[in-house]
Amino acid sequence: MKILIVEDDLDAAAYLCKAFREAGIVSDHASDGDSGLFLATENAYDVLVVDRMLPRRDGLSLISELRAKGIHTPALILSALGQVDDRVTGLRAGGDDYLPKPYAFSELLARVEVLGRRKGTPEQDMTYRVGDLELDRLAHVVRRAGKEILLQPREFRLLEYLMKNAGQVVTRTMLLENVWDYHFDPQTNVIDVHVSRLRSKIEKDFDQPLLRTVRGAGYMIKDEVSA
Amino acid sequence: MASGLVTLFRTTAVRLSALYLLLFAACAAFLVFYVTSMAEGLLEQQTRAVVATEVAEIRQVYASSGMNGLLTTLERRARQPGANLYIIASPTGELLAGNVLALQPGVLDGEGWTRSPFGYQRFEDEGSSERHIARAEVFILPNGLRVLVGRDLGEPENLRSLVRQALVVALGIMGIGALAIWYLIGRNALKRMDRMSDASQRIMDGDLTQRLPVGGSGDEFDRLSVSLNAMLERIEKLNEGLRQVSDNIAHDLKTPLTRLRNKAEAALARSAKTAESREALSEIIAESDQLIRTFNALLMISQVEAGSVVAEMGPVDLTGVVADCVELYEPAAEEAGLAVSSDIAAGVTVTGNRELIGQALGNLLDNAIKYAEGVPDARINVSLVGGRDNAVVSVSDNGPGVPAESRDEVLKRFVRLDRSRSKPGTGLGLSLVDAVMEVHHGRLELGPTVVGSEERGLTASMRFPIAVAGKA
Repeated sequence: MKILIVEDDLDAAAYLCKAFREAGIVSDHASDGDSGLFLATENAYDVLVVDRMLPRRDGLSLISELRAKGIHTPALILSALGQVDDRVTGLRAGGDDYLPKPYAFSELLARVEVLGRRKGTPEQDMTYRVGDLELDRLAHVVRRAGKEILLQPREFRLLEYLMKNAGQVVTRTMLLENVWDYHFDPQTNVIDVHVSRLRSKIEKDFDQPLLRTVRGAGYMIKDEVSA
Repeated sequence: MASGLVTLFRTTAVRLSALYLLLFAACAAFLVFYVTSMAEGLLEQQTRAVVATEVAEIRQVYASSGMNGLLTTLERRARQPGANLYIIASPTGELLAGNVLALQPGVLDGEGWTRSPFGYQRFEDEGSSERHIARAEVFILPNGLRVLVGRDLGEPENLRSLVRQALVVALGIMGIGALAIWYLIGRNALKRMDRMSDASQRIMDGDLTQRLPVGGSGDEFDRLSVSLNAMLERIEKLNEGLRQVSDNIAHDLKTPLTRLRNKAEAALARSAKTAESREALSEIIAESDQLIRTFNALLMISQVEAGSVVAEMGPVDLTGVVADCVELYEPAAEEAGLAVSSDIAAGVTVTGNRELIGQALGNLLDNAIKYAEGVPDARINVSLVGGRDNAVVSVSDNGPGVPAESRDEVLKRFVRLDRSRSKPGTGLGLSLVDAVMEVHHGRLELGPTVVGSEERGLTASMRFPIAVAGKA
């Protein structure tokens, strides 16, 4: 995967490039809005990580300019430190995700990976499969090894999101955002309890675990055997 | 009305006016009495002088023309209209001649000017009970007959009653005038004081931007307001500075904290060999997350209080938010051994920010779970009641509750009651809910949970106003 980081803070950018490299992601760096726009137009990136406050051209205008040119590379917006959490404006300008500074790198990495993989995951797939687990999005039916598993509607959506991003880490915040559509801080382990309930339903009668907890980061559903 | 009057009489202006009225009334009364007594003295002197002249004339007549001349003279004088009193009496006091029908007994006993006024009846008063008052001089003729020459005191009496009437009228007018002036001055002062205490009340309620009203007349009220306002200005600046500092600290520490967390995370992913070091790194990450969470809550309260999120207000499906939050927290509550029940009215919409309301309700639910955990038969009830003017979201638990005297206290930042210090948390949860309700023009109300006649636990209610069309 190859990404572009548009960030005017050189220290932060150097840290990001190094951290992404360690995670196996190649990154280019632009330090102002105009050069960011140029690079994003000229090269094919999988994901753009764009700081909102940039010299020459701010992050939002960079993204809307790209979109106007018909370039739909997924973009993640980093809000400037101390700015009001204006997620809505960021997403309206054409951003695909939004993360306020400062952020945990694992959070950024998880989101970038999900965005980068989005291109490869056909949204129109009606059935998600992970190992012997099968989720039929149309019929709202979950089966494991052919045996139907009964899930609550929210558990279904949780599993659907996890399976859509199978093999990738999803953070608790991403789950709250995508499954519940809230962005606030739930203070406690509410998401963990939902996940562990889901886990017990899909793993109870089976030997092979599917849903892993990634320490310090989040969760991942993965077929350990075939992977 | 009665209580209004009582308040009116409590004002300084009215008390002072009452005191002045009393003083003036006393002065006026003294003056009137002084003038009347002086006038009376003068009249008495005049009367004595007139009587003394007549007595001298009568003695003269007796000396020159004897008893006959005296009688003729008295007869003539007594017939004149408005005449003085004339009496000739025997040494035993029998009335022999004169213009008096009857006389208070004992008047003729002494000689010289009568000591005090006495009563008498005139001929024309015969049959009626009318009595007159007079003073007189009595003298004894060489032949032993007693002669009385006196003057009716009707005139001074009239004067006195006239003065008394004038006094009553004057005092009455003074009283009414003073009452009117008290009322006007007192009410005016009262109104201004009321405005000042209203403003101070709002300031005490936490709105430090409020100022006391200044009328512009430059009187003592205005001077007081101006200096109090200057004081408020300073307090507000200091307060603002304090908040700025805590915000800046939160800001400035968030970045290095996040860096620290990222490093611990990288170390955990890469190089942690032993279970012990993995454990330590995980704890560092968890602790940093808690600190970042505290700073985020602090900054969020500041932003909410500064009103920077107000722009993102819109219609919010409160029923949906409450149902979502209950659904989100229910498993965690059950895991903690709590029974969760809910009673959510359908179709309630308020104007607000969905995220903020969700965060606020989340904080209340988180609190309820934290504090009711471990209580026998622990339970939480969440209710949404939609009224005509209000929508109320309540979270009730049967935990230890908050004592009535601490309910204002726990809304303050970082305030945690002693027994809750052992629980995880930032001490900002309720402050944030309070700030969120402020932005929504609503209220956070804390009270005990009432089950039957028993009160236990805490019920936290978020009261949202419902904007009625046309009511703004």
